[in-house]
Amino acid sequence: MEWLVFVPLAAMALITAVLVIVLRNPVYCALSLIGTFFALSGIYLLLQAQFIAVVQVIVYAGAIMVLFLFVVMLLDLGHELPAWLQRDRPRVLLGICVTLLLLVELVIPIGFRTPHGPQGPYTSELVGAVGNTQLVGRLLFTEFLIPFEITSIILLIAIIGVMVLARR
Amino acid sequence: MTATVPLNAYLILSAVLFAIGVTGVLIRRNALVIFMSIELMLNAVNLTFVAFSRFLHSMDGQIIVLFVMAVAAAEVAVGLAIIIALYRNKESLNVDEINLLKG
Repeated sequence: MEWLVFVPLAAMALITAVLVIVLRNPVYCALSLIGTFFALSGIYLLLQAQFIAVVQVIVYAGAIMVLFLFVVMLLDLGHELPAWLQRDRPRVLLGICVTLLLLVELVIPIGFRTPHGPQGPYTSELVGAVGNTQLVGRLLFTEFLIPFEITSIILLIAIIGVMVLARR
Repeated sequence: MTATVPLNAYLILSAVLFAIGVTGVLIRRNALVIFMSIELMLNAVNLTFVAFSRFLHSMDGQIIVLFVMAVAAAEVAVGLAIIIALYRNKESLNVDEINLLKG
């Protein structure tokens, strides 16, 4: 039954991901990437990570891609050279070969075996009873407090860096 | 077919998404599309984390995904600022033409 939800979402994620690297107009690529993010958000919901699914839509599709689209339209590039496939054919084929090698190395060791590991305490029933967001909040402010504070400093540094870099 | 989707399906989907991102970085010449492919790779890794978090009954994966998203947002902001500064100086975003440091 879960397959009925997983297969269309996975297919949408894969198709939009391939469209990102194939389409020539950067605006179309950004829109395809937004489609990928929505498909991934649905898969996160299937994995019972409701908080991450919503944050994915808000942060990735709603903030990061909006920033991308601002820059794409600000720079107003038009279409990429249509001859990238003919002129650079050796480089494109080499890139695809390297990627296939990477894919084989990723899938063969872990793709078909059952990974074992020490099971933690947060089973699906416990997460369903307490609530996914409540658990994330509880852990974020107790066990992961130091990375949380450091993340706030990272964001501050990013803001300052952007203001310095984008100044005329 | 089992009733629930096994962990391997999520891992293979994540590996294929990561490989598509790597292909985008290697093939495309537009700096913005290369940047989008990097975001695709980050999302593939997020999927791996969340899948393992569910199947190993741990919340660590989801917390780490939260931090990855925050760092990715900061990285996108700074990267786009660099790309804008680059475009202001060179009027082109083709990474093949950005070769002033070449020997």
